[in-house]
Amino acid sequence: MSKSGRPHTAYFFGTCLVDLFYPEAGLAGMELLQREGLRVVFPQKQTCCGQPARNNGHPDEARAVARLQLDAFPGDWPIVVPSGSCAGMMKVHYPQLFEGDPDHARAVAFSARVFELTQFLVEVLDAKLTDKGQPLTITWHPSCHAQREMGVVDQPKTLLRQLANVTLVENPREAECCGFGGTFAVRQADISAAMVTDKVASIEQTGAAQVISGDCGCLMNITGAAEKSRKAFTGQHIAEFLLERCHGR
Amino acid sequence: MAVEARTSDFGGKARVALNDPKLRANFRRAMDGLMSKRAAQFSDKEEWTALRARGAAVRARALARLPELLEQLEAKLTANGVTVHWAETTAEANAVVLEILQKAGARRVIKGKSMVTEEMHLNAHLEANGIRAVESDLGEYIIQLAGQAPSHIVMPCIHMNKVEIAELFAARIEGQPYTENVDELTAAARKALRDRFADADAGISGVNFAVAETGTLVLIENEGNGRLSTTLPPLHIAVTGIEKVLEKLDDVAPLLSLLPRSATGQVVTTYVNMISGPRKPGEKDGPKEVHLVLLDNGRSRVFCDTELADTLRCIRCAACMNHCPVYTRVGGHTYSFTYPGPIGKILTPQIEGLDCAGDQPHASTLCGACAEVCPVQIPIPDLLARLRTEAVHPTSIAVKGGGSGRSLAESLGWGGWTALYSSPLIYRISTRLLGLFGNLMPACTPMLREWTRIRSKPKFAAKSLHELARERGFSNDER
Repeated sequence: MSKSGRPHTAYFFGTCLVDLFYPEAGLAGMELLQREGLRVVFPQKQTCCGQPARNNGHPDEARAVARLQLDAFPGDWPIVVPSGSCAGMMKVHYPQLFEGDPDHARAVAFSARVFELTQFLVEVLDAKLTDKGQPLTITWHPSCHAQREMGVVDQPKTLLRQLANVTLVENPREAECCGFGGTFAVRQADISAAMVTDKVASIEQTGAAQVISGDCGCLMNITGAAEKSRKAFTGQHIAEFLLERCHGR
Repeated sequence: MAVEARTSDFGGKARVALNDPKLRANFRRAMDGLMSKRAAQFSDKEEWTALRARGAAVRARALARLPELLEQLEAKLTANGVTVHWAETTAEANAVVLEILQKAGARRVIKGKSMVTEEMHLNAHLEANGIRAVESDLGEYIIQLAGQAPSHIVMPCIHMNKVEIAELFAARIEGQPYTENVDELTAAARKALRDRFADADAGISGVNFAVAETGTLVLIENEGNGRLSTTLPPLHIAVTGIEKVLEKLDDVAPLLSLLPRSATGQVVTTYVNMISGPRKPGEKDGPKEVHLVLLDNGRSRVFCDTELADTLRCIRCAACMNHCPVYTRVGGHTYSFTYPGPIGKILTPQIEGLDCAGDQPHASTLCGACAEVCPVQIPIPDLLARLRTEAVHPTSIAVKGGGSGRSLAESLGWGGWTALYSSPLIYRISTRLLGLFGNLMPACTPMLREWTRIRSKPKFAAKSLHELARERGFSNDER
């Protein structure tokens, strides 16, 4: 797409977690796209990608919700998602979910248009950011599905490294799951608690003032545990963080 | 040998394990070591990608022709002088092994490492019939002394540290003084085992790959105990699952590279045994009699489902458990059955039934670390999701205990969830209400209670992204 010219319009799929808990991250994601000269369309019909039902063994329910998303994004513009996990659901699992369904072809075409936000900014828009913020040390937390389903590993770091006053400290255990896992956090609460406690400790050891992530599920889990145990670091979604740095807060 | 529970109780056992700091430290340290050793082996991503694609293709090709390859294997082995036995259940397999031993008058057995004999609880069966079976793999020897089951499929005693083994040896090996010196501990085990090798009437081993083309049983190991167990006694009984068959001898090469590198970070194991029959006339060593017991135990049922059959590609390298954030924290005994970790979470519910191990597919965040390192590309997270589905909406008779996870409360819950998220109007009203009143929800509601034990309460935003997007004038272009 980048070779044949940049797209002039992009859809934004906000995700249900962003919608309810982190709308500022969603707005920031849309603004980052606008800054690159894109028209951003936010279909009001959108709800959730359907992943919770799919992961809990209810594919029919997941398909019913997914079908609404197929309807909500009818144009052929790219669909940008501020979550590697929801993007992975729509890109990797929709074609499987609609196997044998009359909407299969539509689901395949839809999945081909799905991009994770940082992936889209780097690979399609070749975004260049100028840092206007104060010196700050951060660390990165990649979500499992961003890394392993979307192949999003370097793209967010490419963007973070463009910020002149930001020092990115690598967490040696960054690739390990934070223990969120959707309903896993409640179904296997003890194991989830052990995992997030270790994750918080590994972030604390980096000495970073902030942990940045591209997925709100992980963020809610990590910052929730950090806050409850009164850790010094805070957390933020990468979209909100990048935009604030570009505005100098 | 610990008696297996009928049901998993994964959550309950996990709680116990999580509160054992020594156990957690033992696993964390060991898994960190295994992960870095493996990573060093596969630093060349291109080589890794190409090699695992070959490994997966070799296993998939063999499974695609499983019934005919098994017949070919039987014919070749028979021609080589090996007696082949078929067992549908573990009870049948135990009976077959016992009968062979009794016919030969064998009372003392030396064993090489074999997970399938763990699956059968063979040692307990033999002991009940007056036959003493001694494990000769160092890790298996240690857990046999301790009266425990393996906690890992490659490193059976990985849950124990040096001090625990030192205490065990001092208590259980006659004349053994307490020492934490690893060389001295190993020497003590070697000394005790030498006599067992020498006086064994029979050797029992597992099989890594069974080659149909040539009738060759491939067995890899590091301690030489596998070679001694399969060559020194006059009788050798190999036991394996029916899925271990390979089409051709050439197919062994990629797997022989993938298995040890994935398992322990070794380029090659110290010993690679290719067993093709008993001692021939004029030969000076090797067993006089060789038997192969092929165990089904639910595998042919798994084979019938085209998606779930990928489970059978497994070459038992244990990379999935070494990289699993859940296994690392709860250890192998939490899984109750023979195969722990991600492979166990998909294999156990299929063999034992979802009605008794249905909690295992849910003991995962679906993080995908297992599939990322699997040398034969088993899509473990997809199969976990599939088994979660079978537990509530059975689609295949190939899955034992399908539908056993259904509950009215959960069905109603997901019905409500679907109604909410498939209607833009209901969704809009609900998010508005949650924005206004969501934060009044007390932390003692069932979902929040678990969440807030170690986390702060999530804060609902006053206005949803939908509302903010409308306010800021973002286009709602539906074409």
